[in-house]
Amino acid sequence: MIALEKIRKKETRGAKAGPLAQKEERAAYLFLLPWLVGLLVFLVIPILSSLGLSFTNWNLITPPEWVGFTNYRDMAVDSNFLNSIRVTLKYTVLSVPLYMVAGLGLSLLLNLRLKGMNVFRTILYLPSVLSSVAVAVLWLSLLNPDLGAINQILRAIGIANPPRWLLSPDWAVPAVVLMGLWGVGGGAIIYLAGLQNISPHLYEAAEIDGANSIQKFLNITIPMLTPTLFFVLITSLIGAFQVFDSAYILGGSRGGRSGALLFYLLNLWNEGFRNGRFGFASALAWVLVIAAGVVIFITFKTADRWVYYETGGE
Amino acid sequence: METSRVKLPEKKENPLVGERIPWSRVRKVLGMILAYATLLALSAVIFLPLGWILTVALKPDRMSAFSIPPQWFPTQYWHWENFVLTMVATNKPFLIFTRNTLIIVAGNIVGTVFSCTLVAYAFARLHFRGSELLFNILIITMLIPYQALMIPQFLMFFKIGWYGTYLPLIIPSFTGNAFFIFLMRQYMRTFPKELDDASRIDGCNYFQTFWHIILPLSKPVMAVCVVFVFMGQWSNLLGPLIYLDKTSTFTVAIGMANYVTRADPEWNLLMAANLIMMMPSVLLYFFAQKQLIGGIASVGLKG
Repeated sequence: MIALEKIRKKETRGAKAGPLAQKEERAAYLFLLPWLVGLLVFLVIPILSSLGLSFTNWNLITPPEWVGFTNYRDMAVDSNFLNSIRVTLKYTVLSVPLYMVAGLGLSLLLNLRLKGMNVFRTILYLPSVLSSVAVAVLWLSLLNPDLGAINQILRAIGIANPPRWLLSPDWAVPAVVLMGLWGVGGGAIIYLAGLQNISPHLYEAAEIDGANSIQKFLNITIPMLTPTLFFVLITSLIGAFQVFDSAYILGGSRGGRSGALLFYLLNLWNEGFRNGRFGFASALAWVLVIAAGVVIFITFKTADRWVYYETGGE
Repeated sequence: METSRVKLPEKKENPLVGERIPWSRVRKVLGMILAYATLLALSAVIFLPLGWILTVALKPDRMSAFSIPPQWFPTQYWHWENFVLTMVATNKPFLIFTRNTLIIVAGNIVGTVFSCTLVAYAFARLHFRGSELLFNILIITMLIPYQALMIPQFLMFFKIGWYGTYLPLIIPSFTGNAFFIFLMRQYMRTFPKELDDASRIDGCNYFQTFWHIILPLSKPVMAVCVVFVFMGQWSNLLGPLIYLDKTSTFTVAIGMANYVTRADPEWNLLMAANLIMMMPSVLLYFFAQKQLIGGIASVGLKG
């Protein structure tokens, strides 16, 4: 199959391919047209103009003025910006590893061959299809420090002074993390697909060699699951940079008590659409793109060392 | 349990007796009980909060949402009319919000299906110079956070007078979405090559092949995309928040956000609205469950 495809590719790549190949190429670009237009109009032009804007002080009312690197320099001393980075990093560090471990654990449980497992899979996946806004509205009540269910349970099991969650500067981010844990079944489904793709022969061979279940998990399951783990790591890192809906609902547009929930994106939104500092907000956007790019690049770089891809075609 | 009785004759010396104690079976049964207990506990963690929403939604006006201990299921109050009241309340007309949201959702579904099937077909079935490069670009665009583009996009739409309309929330979907293009391309690639050749021999041009052969075969993946688009747009808060300025154009997500950030919301109506907001996704999920999970899984596999 692969060989055949290569031959085909060569045919089309040959400098002066036949009229048929040319026709195919023209057709292909016609089919791609909507996307190519969108790429230009909604991506390339905006991203470049946003770079340009980031060097201006445009506020939508007065004409933009070139201010050089002022916006970027201002960031270094902007308390909201610095705070938003702290909040976002705190959330990333707390949530990404926790969700990965919890999702993996849950997927192992859901992978057991038990009667009625499909029902449990359905139930546990349910929260991740619910609207993030609706879920945040629910958790806003559950996390109420005085009367909310979470703290009532905590008091019932003997914690006299449970955290004040969204109203506490230290516990607001953990509260958001806790809420996300409710939807961890979404990640588990992806792991589950990875788990079910592992060939049973590997486990059988290991059993013959006398491996116990822990050894099987560490030496077969984990290595074979690394491509899935990698995929989830990348998507959850990107996701962690982009928290908006839940922060807006749980903390309001200003980012909660004393900015405890001022996520990066919320701050960007505030600077742009509330304060009308479109130049500064564009600079913020660029910092986000670069930061996300660096993190993704580093993650990809480390991939060679720990992600295991089975060689050979499908 | 049966096994405890078998254990009574304690004579370890005799290997035959030792074998009669079915330790592996005991362990298996215990493991199963533990697994079911965990699964049931986790299911309760999912369901109890949803039951709590229903309980609050059915409470009479001016009653606190909270109680000690928390009430997870409705027992006392059954004010089903709250669901109607919340939809037609004059200051926050959720019925109109719902209609508005559905307009945006429908526009996005049409746009996404239209553009993504075309583009995915080219990537999946046609050979052309630059296909690898363009596909790599497609993948990279998936990693660019949309939010980085929201300010220049906003300024662009503002300039051409689309601020306050649904156009900025719908039109971009007609130029495709990298994730859905990728999903459809993966699916379309699985059809045998002979399909295209056969239709070509029958005299179909590329568009006819796409329309009569590939598109009908791609219905399952299209369904997955429709569901994803629905769920994504139904709860989209950021986009509408940027572009919509009048209450009469607001979406359900904005309605909820404004509602909940008020000082003293009517909890019963708020939770009724919340439950209504959850409903479409839940229904879709139950109907399209199998395809949906298959779709998510296939994305995860390719990495």
